[in-house]
Amino acid sequence: MDNSLVEIRWHGRGGQGAKTASLLLADAAFNTGKYIQGFPEYGPERMGAPITAYNRISDNPIRIHSNIYEPDYVVVVDDTLLESVDVTAGLKETGAIVINTTKDAKYLRDALKGYKGKIYTIDARKVSMETLGKYFPNTPMLAAIVKVSGIMEDKVFLEDMQGSFKHKFAKKPEVIEGNMKALELALTSIKEIS
Amino acid sequence: MSIRERLSGNEAAATAMKQINPDVVAAFPITPSTEIPQYFSTFVSNGTVDTEFVAVESEHSAMSACIGAEAAGARAMTATSANGLSLMWEMIYIASSLRLPIVMSLVNRAVSGPLNIHNDHSDAMGVRDSGWLMLFSENNQEAYDNLIMAHRIAEHKDVLLPLMICQDGFITSHSIENIELIEDENVKSFVGKYEPKHYLLNDKEPMAVGPMDLQAYLFEHKYQQAEAMKNAKKVILEVAKDFEKMTGRKYGLFEEYKLEDAEMAIVCMNSTAGTTKDVVDHLRQKGIKAGMLKVRVYRPFPAEEIAKALSNVKAVAVLDKSDSLNGAGGALFEDVTSGMYINGNTAKVVSYVYGIGGRDTTAKEIESVYHDLEDIIKSNKVDNPYRYLGLRKE
Repeated sequence: MDNSLVEIRWHGRGGQGAKTASLLLADAAFNTGKYIQGFPEYGPERMGAPITAYNRISDNPIRIHSNIYEPDYVVVVDDTLLESVDVTAGLKETGAIVINTTKDAKYLRDALKGYKGKIYTIDARKVSMETLGKYFPNTPMLAAIVKVSGIMEDKVFLEDMQGSFKHKFAKKPEVIEGNMKALELALTSIKEIS
Repeated sequence: MSIRERLSGNEAAATAMKQINPDVVAAFPITPSTEIPQYFSTFVSNGTVDTEFVAVESEHSAMSACIGAEAAGARAMTATSANGLSLMWEMIYIASSLRLPIVMSLVNRAVSGPLNIHNDHSDAMGVRDSGWLMLFSENNQEAYDNLIMAHRIAEHKDVLLPLMICQDGFITSHSIENIELIEDENVKSFVGKYEPKHYLLNDKEPMAVGPMDLQAYLFEHKYQQAEAMKNAKKVILEVAKDFEKMTGRKYGLFEEYKLEDAEMAIVCMNSTAGTTKDVVDHLRQKGIKAGMLKVRVYRPFPAEEIAKALSNVKAVAVLDKSDSLNGAGGALFEDVTSGMYINGNTAKVVSYVYGIGGRDTTAKEIESVYHDLEDIIKSNKVDNPYRYLGLRKE
């Protein structure tokens, strides 16, 4: 088996940018020399509906083409999903879940039905409002999963994203600085639930 | 030096089309292939290509425009999926019978109904007898490489048939993965200039295209199409050899994965092959002699070659991502079994219809097929040859 393979599952709602975040994560890992997959699970997507996206990251070519059922990490972009989606389904206990939330530890432990792995939280709304002035949770969540999974060093990640944003926001360069600030602030805003 | 990139399958197809820079692209958007003409139209408006892009009002018109362009002497391409291909149906046969080497990107999707936008191979299987060459692609890399090879095959004087390159909708078309691209100038010299022998815009040779063809000649013309199909096998391999010289990537009529000493094999196409390779490696670690045969060239169908490649296995499972709804197995199953029978291969064969309408196919499910094959070898009989994989029974 491929020991270097890291599998990540994203849960978000249509319009929050979970798909974009998964593609940006694939981009960032690609730029560090990795083999990557980034793909959404397309359903009858519409604004606000639950959506799932996936990442595979490895040192070796990736051949498997199916959804991810036993992820190493799960990212929850919207904590209202905790009540309707089984976000820890198949999640490895050696792995971790990172949630955009301000809810307390007790609520989260109950909602995650006794998940024994690590639980991290981040207030992506606060990060986003402070740096972008609007609520775009995907940029802070992208930084959060990079930090939690340790896929790459903070510095390498930030340098890389500068390049990706230049490309992604070629037509609106004024938003690059805010997005970079959102990443930086997010990297230091993650808390582990003990 | 190749270029290390990461692209979705649709981006890979559009990139190949950009590098090929055909004379005409005519297309109508349909999920999940929409992005191909969308990206390509950007290349047109940026001036990256000098293609005449025809934004038609339907797929029937897209294929008609390609036919007109190709008959006139131009190199024409299109892209579509599922019901888009259904709407082209009438013109699909016209294209192949007029011997026009049009190249199409077919991003495989279930043909409605009920309405479904996800992947299976029912669109491709619907045109399997239309006289088009059909190549299948495991991932974005193969979708790209196959397109780069497409014109050399289709336009060859011994072939002159239209060609479609298939890849799995969403599974590869919308998944970002690593890819090695070829430099523009190398693609240009590999693909070469299109120099048709007969074409409408040649004022030195007035000709008619598509006249009546009744009892006296149609039979012979169909025979010629069938002969061209047979010729294509050799041409496909020749082009693959040149492609390997340029890129180091080797392609055949099909790919054999750990088949040499295998006791059992799965035959499949497109993205499922990648998952199956992982399963084969996993089973090999446990001492189970599993192998795989991935069909790349589906039309012409390499019946004899496949029968030979499977001559040492005891049991074969053929995976069809389209149900022929005939109570007698999928289309690939029928092709493989008839090829085996005619060529004296008497291994046990079982059909699995799977992945219909985008139903995800897991490594565990593929593994269960190999375990079924173990049972078949042990009991030396196939109780039910027409099976389903991943179907909910309750």
